[in-house]
Amino acid sequence: MKAKHQRLTLALLALGAILGASALAMSALKDQAAFFYAPGDVHGKPLPLDRHVRLGGMVEKGSIRRQGDGVSIRFVVTDGTTTVPVAFRGVTPDLFKEGSGVVAEGRFQPDGSFVADNILAKHDERYMPPQAAGNMHETKTLEQ
Amino acid sequence: MIAESGLAALWLATGFALMQVMLAWGAARGADSNGAPMVMKALRRVAIVQGLLALGAFGLLVTLFVQSDMSVLLVIENSHSMKPLIYKVAGAWGNHEGSMLLWVTVLAVSGAGVALFEKRLAPATLAATLGAQAAIAIGFYAFLAFASNPFLRVNPPAPDGQGLNPLLQDPGLAFHPPTLYLGYVGLSVAFSFAVGALLMRDVGPAFARAMRPWVLGAWIFLTIGITAGSYWAYYELGWGGWWFWDPVENASLMPWLAATALLHSVSVLATRDGLRAWTVMLAVVAFSMSMIGTFLVRSGILVSVHAFAVDPTRGTFILGLLGLYIGGALALFGARIGTVKQGATFELVSREGALVLNNLLLSVILGVVFIGTLYPLVAAAAGVQLSIGAPFFEKAAVPVGLALVAATACGPLLKWRRDQWKALLGKLLAPVVVAGVIFAVAFALAGAEHWMAVLALGLAAGLAVASVLPLVRRNLRRTPIAIWGMVVAHLGIAVSISGMAADSAFKSERLAAIAVGQSVTVGPYRIELVEMRPVVGPNWSALEAHLKATRSGGAPFDLFPQQRFFANPPTNTNEAAIATKFDGQLYAVIGQGDGQGRWQLRLWWKPFVTLIWLGGALIALGGLLALIGRVRRERRDAENDA
Repeated sequence: MKAKHQRLTLALLALGAILGASALAMSALKDQAAFFYAPGDVHGKPLPLDRHVRLGGMVEKGSIRRQGDGVSIRFVVTDGTTTVPVAFRGVTPDLFKEGSGVVAEGRFQPDGSFVADNILAKHDERYMPPQAAGNMHETKTLEQ
Repeated sequence: MIAESGLAALWLATGFALMQVMLAWGAARGADSNGAPMVMKALRRVAIVQGLLALGAFGLLVTLFVQSDMSVLLVIENSHSMKPLIYKVAGAWGNHEGSMLLWVTVLAVSGAGVALFEKRLAPATLAATLGAQAAIAIGFYAFLAFASNPFLRVNPPAPDGQGLNPLLQDPGLAFHPPTLYLGYVGLSVAFSFAVGALLMRDVGPAFARAMRPWVLGAWIFLTIGITAGSYWAYYELGWGGWWFWDPVENASLMPWLAATALLHSVSVLATRDGLRAWTVMLAVVAFSMSMIGTFLVRSGILVSVHAFAVDPTRGTFILGLLGLYIGGALALFGARIGTVKQGATFELVSREGALVLNNLLLSVILGVVFIGTLYPLVAAAAGVQLSIGAPFFEKAAVPVGLALVAATACGPLLKWRRDQWKALLGKLLAPVVVAGVIFAVAFALAGAEHWMAVLALGLAAGLAVASVLPLVRRNLRRTPIAIWGMVVAHLGIAVSISGMAADSAFKSERLAAIAVGQSVTVGPYRIELVEMRPVVGPNWSALEAHLKATRSGGAPFDLFPQQRFFANPPTNTNEAAIATKFDGQLYAVIGQGDGQGRWQLRLWWKPFVTLIWLGGALIALGGLLALIGRVRRERRDAENDA
C-alpha cells in the first residue's frame, strides 16, 4: 500500500471512529440520560412518565412509613413548598433519614407519585448532592 | 517545625523545577556545544534533587499524621488520635490537599527516574523531556502553594481531630490512591517524552523504545488500581455491584483506555516504525485524561462519593492548568506534526492493521465514556440538570467492547507487515468452535433475555483459546518473556470478561425481612438468621447478624454482616459479609429492623464473580512480564551499544 493511501485510510478510519463514538453516545443519551427533577419542577406540569429520572429534595419529617413486608417503604420528598410521595422496595442507604437530603432514581406514575428503584443519600455530614443543594437554595431564595 | 520544613521543601522543589526548565532549555539548544555533557549532567542531578525534595515533603506530611499533630489543619480535619496507625498513615492522602501532594510527588519522582535511568535517548530529546516534566510540576506546585497548602497551621491547636470518613477506613484505602496515582501520573512521562520528541523533531523508534517501559509501568499500576478499586467498592459499599460508572471510576478508566491504546501503538512504532503521529497524539491524550480525571475528582464539580473537595477556586485553578498543558501540547502537535516523517507502511490485514483496529475501538470506547462523563457537566452549565448512569454506558460502550474482544483474539495471530485472510481464518478455527459451544450452552442456561452477557461469554471463551495460540508450536523456554506477557494479559481479559458476563447473566438476588430462626433462599443456598448481636471494634460499635448458609449436600458455614456506627465523625456503614466459593460468591447485607423482630436481609449469589478481579490481576501480571522482558532487552542492547 502506498504511503499516501495509507495515511488517507488511517485518517478516514479515525474520522469514522469519532463519528461512530458520537453517534453511539448520542443515540444512547437520547433515551438513557436521567433528567433531574425537584418536586416543584413537576408541580402542575405534564409528568415525564416514559423515562427514568432522578427526583431530589429532602425527606419530609415524619413521612417515612415502613410497609408490612418489612422491605418496602413510602416517604415524601419535599423542596420546602411542594411534595411528591415516593414508594421504594429495598435496603435504604445508611444515611437515609427524615429531614436529610435524598435523590431517588425511578419513574413518575400517572397519579403523580414516584416509584424509586434506587435511593441515594448524602454520604456524610458535609456531603449534599450538588443538584439537591442547588434546588434547596433556589427555594429558600424564593421564600425570602 | 515539621510542617514548616515540609512547606520549605515544597518551595525548594519549585525552585529546582524552575532551574530544571532553564537547564533543559540550555541543554536542548546547545546540544552540540562543548559544555553540553556538563549541562546534561547538571540537569539530571537537578531533576533527581527535585524528586527527592517532593518525596521529603510528602514524608513530612505522613509524619504529621502519624504524630497526630493537631496544630495542622489538615490533620485536624482528617485524622483522630484514636485511629489505628494504618489509617493515620493513609489519612495523609485520604483528603484533597494530601492527595494533590502525593500526585505532585509521583510526578517529580517519575522525572527523577527518567533522569536516572534513561541512557539511550538522544541528549537533546532527553533534555526537552525533563524540561517538559518540570514545567508540569511547576503548575501543580503552584496549585499546592496557592490553593491547597497541606501544611497550614491553626492557632490554638485543636484538642483532637474530626476523624476520617469511615467509608475510607479500610485497608483498601491505604493502597488504592497511591497505586492509581502511580498510574495516572506515570503517564506524565509519556506526555513529556512526546513533547520532548516533538520539540526536538525526533519522533521515531528510539523515542518509542524509551517511552515504552514508562507506559507499561503506568499501565500496570492503573490496572491494579482499577481492579483493586472495583473490589473495594464491591465489598465496602455493600451494594452488590462491582462497577457503578461513577464519574470517579470513569476518571480512572479513561486514562487506562488511552494508555492501553498507547501501549499497543507504541509497540508498532518501536518495532516497525509505523503510526508515528498517532502514537505521539495518544501519549498527549493519555496524560490529558489523567489531568481531566484529576480535575473531575478534585474540583468538586461531581455528584459523587469521592467529591469531597467543594471549592470553586481550586476547580478554576486546575482547569487553568489543564487548559495550559493540554492546549499547549495540542498546539505543539499541530505546529510540528508536519515535520514528523511518514513511517513504514503496512497492509490492512497484518499485525499493524489489527493494532490500528484495537486503537480505533479503544478510542471509540474512550470517546463514549468521555461524553457520558462530561455531558452532565456541560448540560449543567447550560442550565439542564441530568445524570448519566450505567444504562447509557452499557448500551453505548459494551457492544464496542465486545468487538474489541473479537479483535484481540485475531491480532496476535497475524504476521507483521502483511498476512492473508485465509491464514487467519484457519488459525481461528479452534477459538470459533469453542466460542460457539460456550455460546450455545450459556444461551440454553440463561435464555434470550441475557443475550449480551451470553455473547460476551462466548467471545471471552474464544479469546481465551486464541490468546494461548501464539505459544503453540513454540519452544516455550525460548519464547521471549514479552510474548508471555501478551498471552497472560489477553488471557486475563478473557477471564475478567467471563466473570462480568457470568455475574450479569446468572446472579440471583433476594430481598426479604425475616426474624431470628427464619430462613430464605438465594441461588443454591438456604440462609438462616441465627442471631442478632452487638459487637465492638477499635473505633466503632456494630450490630451483627449471624447467618448460617447451607447448600444441598454441603457443610453449613457462617456469615456475619454488620451495621457499623462510628463516633468520629458520627456515621453508619454497612459491612457486607462475603463468602467465596470455587464457583462464586455469596454476598449478604443486613438492613434495618422493623421494630417487630424482623430484619432486612439483602442477599446475592454471584456465580464466578471473582473471575473479574482474577482477570484484572492476570492483565497486570501480563504487563509486568512484558515490562521485565522489555527492560532486559533494553539493557542488553545498551550493553551492546557500549
